[in-house]
Amino acid sequence: MSAINPKSAKPAGRPGRTVAILAIALVAFSALAILQSATSFKLGLDLRGGTSVTLQPRATAGGKITSSAIDQAVSIIRQRVNSLGVAESEVSAQGTGINRQIVISVPGATGRHIVDLVGQTAELRFRQVLVTGAAAATSASTDTKTASALPAGVTPALNAQYAALDCSNVKNRQGGGGDNPNAALVTCNRDGTAKYILAPAEVLGSDVSKATAAIDQQGGSGWYVLLNFTGNGTSKFGAMTTRVTKLASPQNQAAIVLDGLVISAPRINEAIVSGSAQITGNFTQTAATDLSNVLKYGALPLAFDRGEVQQISPTLGADQLRAGLLAGAIGLILVILYSLLYYKGLGLVSVGSLAVAGAITVLSFLLLGKWIGFTLTLAGIAGAIVSIGITADSFIVYFERLRDEVREGRSLRTAVETGWARARRTILVADFVSLIASILLYFFAVGSVRGFAFTLGLTTVVDLVVVFFFTKPLVSVLSRVNFYANGSRWSGFSQKSLGVAPSKIADSFNGKEA
Amino acid sequence: MSKLSGLGGRLYRGETSIDFIGKRRRWYALSGLVIIISAIALGTQGLKLGIEFKGGASFTVSKAGATIAEAQSAIKAAGITGESIVQKVGSNKISVQTGALSNAESNALQTQLAQTFAVDINSIDTTSIGPSWGKEITHKALYGLFGFIIVVMLYLALAFEPKMAIAAIVAVIHDVFITVGIYALVGFDVTPATVIGFLTILGYSLYDTVVVFDKVRENTRSVTSVGKVTYSDAANLAVNQTLVRSFNTSLIALLPVASILFVGAGLLGAGTLKDLSLALFVGLATGTYSSIFVATPILAQLREREPAMKALTKRIQSRAGLSSRDAASDSAVASTNVLGEAVDTKSNYQRGPRNQPKRKRR
Repeated sequence: MSAINPKSAKPAGRPGRTVAILAIALVAFSALAILQSATSFKLGLDLRGGTSVTLQPRATAGGKITSSAIDQAVSIIRQRVNSLGVAESEVSAQGTGINRQIVISVPGATGRHIVDLVGQTAELRFRQVLVTGAAAATSASTDTKTASALPAGVTPALNAQYAALDCSNVKNRQGGGGDNPNAALVTCNRDGTAKYILAPAEVLGSDVSKATAAIDQQGGSGWYVLLNFTGNGTSKFGAMTTRVTKLASPQNQAAIVLDGLVISAPRINEAIVSGSAQITGNFTQTAATDLSNVLKYGALPLAFDRGEVQQISPTLGADQLRAGLLAGAIGLILVILYSLLYYKGLGLVSVGSLAVAGAITVLSFLLLGKWIGFTLTLAGIAGAIVSIGITADSFIVYFERLRDEVREGRSLRTAVETGWARARRTILVADFVSLIASILLYFFAVGSVRGFAFTLGLTTVVDLVVVFFFTKPLVSVLSRVNFYANGSRWSGFSQKSLGVAPSKIADSFNGKEA
Repeated sequence: MSKLSGLGGRLYRGETSIDFIGKRRRWYALSGLVIIISAIALGTQGLKLGIEFKGGASFTVSKAGATIAEAQSAIKAAGITGESIVQKVGSNKISVQTGALSNAESNALQTQLAQTFAVDINSIDTTSIGPSWGKEITHKALYGLFGFIIVVMLYLALAFEPKMAIAAIVAVIHDVFITVGIYALVGFDVTPATVIGFLTILGYSLYDTVVVFDKVRENTRSVTSVGKVTYSDAANLAVNQTLVRSFNTSLIALLPVASILFVGAGLLGAGTLKDLSLALFVGLATGTYSSIFVATPILAQLREREPAMKALTKRIQSRAGLSSRDAASDSAVASTNVLGEAVDTKSNYQRGPRNQPKRKRR
């Protein structure tokens, strides 16, 4: 408020000292960066290739979305991702409370594998088979329709649902879990060759204590997953197998259901009370290992939808990085050229200030990468490039103000202070608006666009630091240099470029206040 | 360049003056027309939303000599029915966009594409967006937009005057309308990057308005106590005085954005860089226009309604009554008058703040 009053503006005490302090701070932070070996940028996946998956919790019949369930899911997914052994993979929850998404990013070219692995709910259930048949949909009339003719536990409604189901259609084999363990289930098997009506679950994934992938050398069934049950699980599985062996086919089959789809439904010939079971199903080594891993770390407490999956090959990443840097270089050169052409000598101040702003920004990227894991993404680079213009704008606001003051007949030395008092407020208000914008963007955006908001906010702060501690003091120092103070032709304060009448400017540059 | 700088001096002293506020009806009409066209375009054509908003999948294969027909056969072989768009991107890339796919479908298509084009499956760049995710993104974007407008309005009302906040926000909404209209009209893709660029523009458009309003406030602080110039004239001088500044700040902001657009569209074909910079580019241009031609005239109009300002205008008009014919016939004289008074205004306020009861409120 009072900042506008030019009378209150005192000549800055020691502008040289301010610049020196800034220089020392820069050197100190550079040294810190080197000491902490933060010498290279942490690049985002879009710049070096990799896969990122955003998972969105889905409300299911089984339960509600709670904050603690999301936390638990994050830690389970983190274990699963770590089991892949890819360095620098990250799992994090973004957003607030129950409106959080889980973002998984894994660098490198192992994309598909990860997408399949992380999103899997991995709800393992053992259910007794009630009815099974070929995959195609049948009209209900050909099936047993009356309740009396149906096997125990199969209602006419279930039967109709079963008849209508066409397992040869990929869309009906989404899986994804969330089926109610206490109710019967109508579903397909994984490869879409058969469909089932299954009884309520008797043994759950939580009854499994250990899962390992193994290969059957003799039997020729290839890779399988060996399960070990907990004590409780052993007795439940024992009871189930004991009961079904006595039943007729297909009710003597126990279906192993993962995320709502049947993996296999072996016939149980004798009761299994040993506390272990095998899951077979034409697994490759990778598939068996993955399955044992997801079962080992437990099922996710929630079902998730894949919100966004992005796979970027390292080639595209490198292209994007190159494009980003090129755009930055061109943008910077254009801004520098324009500053120099228009503001001439004063333009040098803006070039210097941009250099300092650039140095501070680069240092912040390096150090923040080390401290809070800040990664530079393509959107982030775009934010930094856009900020070149916004940073240069603050200089222009000041320079134009300065020239206005000179036009009013003040000497440059006085104008530096009165102009600053007025420009300072404008710059503060304008930067504050852009800060609000970036903070809101950061909180309302997900994924890569957050990078844009973050860099934009960061560079706005850098802009303030540079204008206050570098540009203004530098102009103060230069206003004492004859080249500028006398309004030399190339200084940016010449009569011609200010458009001031010659007589008037002569007076003002001779130091007379108007 | 120096000619332009000389213009800056003339504008500053009011020797060259463009009547932004007096001719406001003209600018309102122009903006109104563009907004109507935008509304029609939006209503009839709608926005071309990217897969991020409606759900869908996109696959990009890099392979020299890849043909669209090959990609289409791969889609058919993978059993993907629905609508799909196959495009060539640059010289050696082919992009396939489909509706939302299940994981199994997506895997099938990737495998098929890798086979058809004989490339490594992991070299296919993939983006896949679930249908519910699009809604989430849309909600977030809308929350961001409204949150931003409300917070900024509160801030500006505190930092400036409530009426300035209203005028600034009207200008921002004006920019939103026109930018959205241009997107609908031209049929540019709207992606999350576009929305982000868009929200940034709102911030930037306000930056421009803030610079102009700061000068307006300075020039009009003591109009009532001096009583020689109307609020509108003082505000008009402010716009003229900041004209060079607005031009320079906009141009400087536009240069890096243009370079991103150039590199993004030229080198990468499509993606974040292009979407972001296109929105910034369109928005920056309308933002600069609106801070000069919309925000300030609205502010002047709002303030002129105040009783004190009305009385001031009446006083000045009655005083100038005799010479009004001259003033009307010779605009140069009129603008010099404006200048003289504006300078007076300034020297008056430099005498001390006690003369200005209005300042206390600030």
